[in-house]
Amino acid sequence: MTTPTPTPSLSILLIEDEPQMRRFLRGSLATIDCKLTEASTGAEGLAAASTHTPDIILLDLGLPDIDGLEVTRRLREWTKVPIIVLSARGQDADKVAALDAGADDYLTKPFSLPELKARIRVAARHAATAGEKEESVFVASDLRVDLGNRVVTLGAREVRLTPVEYKLLVTLVRHAGRVMTYQQLLKEVWGPRFATQKQYLHVYVGHLRSKLEADPTRPRFLLTEPGVGYRFKAE
Amino acid sequence: MSDARRDPDELLRRVTEEERRAKRGKLVVFFGAAPGVGKTYAMLEAARTERDLKRDVVIGLVETHGRYETGALVIGLEMLPRRKTEIRGVTVTDFDIDAALARRPGLILMDELAHTNAPGSRHAKRWQDVEELLDAGIDVYTTLNVQHLESVNDVVAQVTGVIVRETVPDRILEDAAELRLVDLPPDELLERLQEGKVYVPDQAERALQNFFRKGNLIALRELALRRTAERVDAQMRTYRTEHGIERVWPAGERILVGVSPSPSSARLLRATRRLAALGHSPWMAIYVETPAALRLGAEDRRRVAENLRLAQQLGAETATILGERAAEEMLRYARSHNVTRIVVGKPTHPRWRDLLSLSFLEEMVRSSEGIDVYVISGDDIEAPRSRGEPPPEAPFRPEAYAAGAFVVALTTAISWFAFGRDRLADVVMVYLLGIIVVATRLGYGPSIAATVLSVLLVDFFFVPPYFSFAVSDFQHIVTFGVMFVVAVVVAGLTERIRLQARAAAVREERTASLYDLTRELASTRATGPLALVAARHLHDVFDAKVALFLSDAEETLLPLATGEHSFVPDMKERAVLEWAWANDKPAGLSTDTLPAAAAIYLPLHEARGRVGMLGISPTDRDRFLDPEQRGQLDVFASQVASALERAHLAENAHKAQLDIEAERLRSALLSSISHDLRTPLAVITGAASALIEPNPALADAARRDLQETIYEEATRLNRLVHNLLDMTKIASGAIKVNKEWQPLEEVVGAVLSRTESLLRNHVVEVKLPSDLPLVPIDAVLIEQVLINLLENVAKYTPKGSHVTLSAKQEAGTVVVELADDGPGIPPEYEDKIFEKFYRLPREREGGGAGLGLAICRGIVTAHGGRIWAENRRSGGAVFRFTIPIEGTPPTLTGEEGK
Repeated sequence: MTTPTPTPSLSILLIEDEPQMRRFLRGSLATIDCKLTEASTGAEGLAAASTHTPDIILLDLGLPDIDGLEVTRRLREWTKVPIIVLSARGQDADKVAALDAGADDYLTKPFSLPELKARIRVAARHAATAGEKEESVFVASDLRVDLGNRVVTLGAREVRLTPVEYKLLVTLVRHAGRVMTYQQLLKEVWGPRFATQKQYLHVYVGHLRSKLEADPTRPRFLLTEPGVGYRFKAE
Repeated sequence: MSDARRDPDELLRRVTEEERRAKRGKLVVFFGAAPGVGKTYAMLEAARTERDLKRDVVIGLVETHGRYETGALVIGLEMLPRRKTEIRGVTVTDFDIDAALARRPGLILMDELAHTNAPGSRHAKRWQDVEELLDAGIDVYTTLNVQHLESVNDVVAQVTGVIVRETVPDRILEDAAELRLVDLPPDELLERLQEGKVYVPDQAERALQNFFRKGNLIALRELALRRTAERVDAQMRTYRTEHGIERVWPAGERILVGVSPSPSSARLLRATRRLAALGHSPWMAIYVETPAALRLGAEDRRRVAENLRLAQQLGAETATILGERAAEEMLRYARSHNVTRIVVGKPTHPRWRDLLSLSFLEEMVRSSEGIDVYVISGDDIEAPRSRGEPPPEAPFRPEAYAAGAFVVALTTAISWFAFGRDRLADVVMVYLLGIIVVATRLGYGPSIAATVLSVLLVDFFFVPPYFSFAVSDFQHIVTFGVMFVVAVVVAGLTERIRLQARAAAVREERTASLYDLTRELASTRATGPLALVAARHLHDVFDAKVALFLSDAEETLLPLATGEHSFVPDMKERAVLEWAWANDKPAGLSTDTLPAAAAIYLPLHEARGRVGMLGISPTDRDRFLDPEQRGQLDVFASQVASALERAHLAENAHKAQLDIEAERLRSALLSSISHDLRTPLAVITGAASALIEPNPALADAARRDLQETIYEEATRLNRLVHNLLDMTKIASGAIKVNKEWQPLEEVVGAVLSRTESLLRNHVVEVKLPSDLPLVPIDAVLIEQVLINLLENVAKYTPKGSHVTLSAKQEAGTVVVELADDGPGIPPEYEDKIFEKFYRLPREREGGGAGLGLAICRGIVTAHGGRIWAENRRSGGAVFRFTIPIEGTPPTLTGEEGK
């Protein structure tokens, strides 16, 4: 992966009802160059999203008026702005639902500032490259995926992948750094009919790991997000 | 019974009996010698007096038979409406017991105690209705003629020549609170009869004319008077004993009588009953089932059953005993039950039979020792019994006879060629051998036929004049005779052995079936499975459908699922069931109460009370008329009852234990939470306040230290809250296991990345075999288990310890193992550490709330697995948990999966 470009004046919308949480994020985000808009309810957040056109939305799932999942759906009706969901424990199902509904990533409270920054960075980059033509070669450490020629190499060695394995790898690589839910992966790789056949995923990710990872139980590239999906580790 | 022999059980029985009696209604019997003496009249008069004393009097049923004086007395008394039943188009009215129970009067009048109820009534007899009324606490006035009394029934028959079919058990009269004799001299009665004041049904006129002879009336009057006098006498005696005036019976008599299929057995029973009543002695009637009894026909078996029932009605304790010889078994029983007298009937068989074997009577008298043997003319009016009827188990089989003939022919051939005509003694021996073969293999009949055939053939072939049945030498006739007798005896003995073997087999089968039931019940703990086990055994042994009901704390019957052999009582059956439950008596099929029901309903009794009800509906409706079968059913029922009771108690105990556990948990939780939440909060608050305060003296290093402390304590607090939430979910059963087939390494990978910083000072090794199958797990939960286990390792082992995470497949499960080389677990704590809020005593402060392993156990258990810990021989601890591989892993359509 190329070195992250510094984000010039990023505009972030925070939709969160807890004042203490807002206070913590306000203080923390001051350390990065960004403009923060705050909203304490879902309705307020939706309004702010349309008036401020932020670059990234941080969305708390447990809002008092409209729940976060619904906010995600309404936002996705008209904007592709990256949404990072902030969820508390016990909202796992909502979290996955929000991701399936179009949210880009998630963070479970409590989270640390470095984690938040990393997610924001990834989201910003994806947003920035969304319109551009895809890079034809993807590189992460000694792994090289040549999308144009459909060749995968690990160091100097070429890795032979079956068509499904290749397609799965490419899907993850394209969203590198972002979590992909089971459903998203299944739909994209196998097609909508297979959206519930999670065991395919488990097995094929296992195959991929055994081919790409030195130690499949300590993966470097293909990370498991338990109960949610997989993430290709970008950095 | 004397005081000396009263044991605590007896006393207890008496106390409960008295209690029962206190709650029971009072029965007053207006007792007379014959119809027409004025019993109904006397009863009505007494009832009017009671009514005038403001008692709630109702006429349940009174037949005035259109007599004016009686009819006049009925006026002004409330009369219960009768029940109408349609029987083949004819409407029959009868007493309505349900209406009576619903009305609940203080006193009810029930004429003619010996009356037989209309078919379809709840009870067959009116005296049973009366019993139920008494049990319900209602006082009853009733009328009874002496000839209807069970124990004098045969005497009446002898005296008057009229056989009375409707009888009342004597105990009803004995239990009655009062017996009022309604007496009228025979002359006056005859006069009334002539005046038409005695009701006589037309069709029975002639018989009754015969009955109302003066001689008869005198005899009946004497019987009635004597019965009344006996009662007064008994009351007097009871009074004296109760008031300690004198010990009337220095030693209690106990009388035993044998029951046989003979019709005269009933007479013997009645005689014994009278004997017992004189001395107020308890008495027993037993039936000894000998091997020969297995040959009895259905008719005889039925008679035995009837006689045993009669004995019960007459107040005897009854039993059926399996044994070799009747006399021996009776004496054995007598000794073990402290019997002082045995009553037997006079023998009726021809004298010569005694010459062949020791007769029953002789054997009894010779071995009776201290027990008196009373010989009563029981069998002298014995009806000619059908003898020689073939035993039902051995029907005529021509092929057996043909085989017998073949054996004899073979014997003839062998004798002919081996010995010839000169050696008659050897020839006879060979023939006897042949007969023994026939007797052992083919049975009694063929062996006798073979004997006859053998004698004829020996005569024909081996005795001069040859080839003729004529016999020239008298000596040969003797030979034939001896040969015949020996053969018959051998055949008889062989047959006897066969029957004994069969009897033993039957006995063994009964014992075995009971043993099977007991054993399986003993190994079953919960009520649900118990019901299934019981139903299966009951079905197998009795060929019946089963319904089981368990009583809850409010005495409501709840049905238990009994699987494929169950039946569900419909509305009608349910009523029978409820009656049996309410009255705590067996009811339904083969009982005296509601015998038209499809099933027999037995209350399940246990030492401490009632457990529930058993309903059993046999394919063969007559099955439980056989007292043997019925007895076995009772034994089974009591086994089931005690098993259910045991399960019930165990479940209660378990519940109580759970309550205690919950209570203990609550207090542990409170102390744990207050301590574990406050400590990190205190640290955070303190550190944060130190940072806020403007203190230039605070060095950068110290500042950083405080910040780190805050972060660490906050993380710890987070983990604690996290665990508490998990535990709450597990405890409340809210945990949902979302199983998916997946490779274990995936979960392991996630766990390792999340515990990386935690275990940075440990050496972690992972050994997962490449052929490990997919496992059905909830990845999020199993990840939690592994994280908690690893956290534990991090907590309890020193830096630099080695940790090995491995897994292997074992018969139907995958075993995951986490081994370390740390200090291990103190031996006695290996199980305890999985308990909630349990912390090792040496544990330092800040270890956590003791929830981690409890959560592990909760999750693993929810997966159907097991988790345990032990110490390794090489040092260190090992935690293992299993994941059962249930179901089949999904097949992958692989590359074509598009």
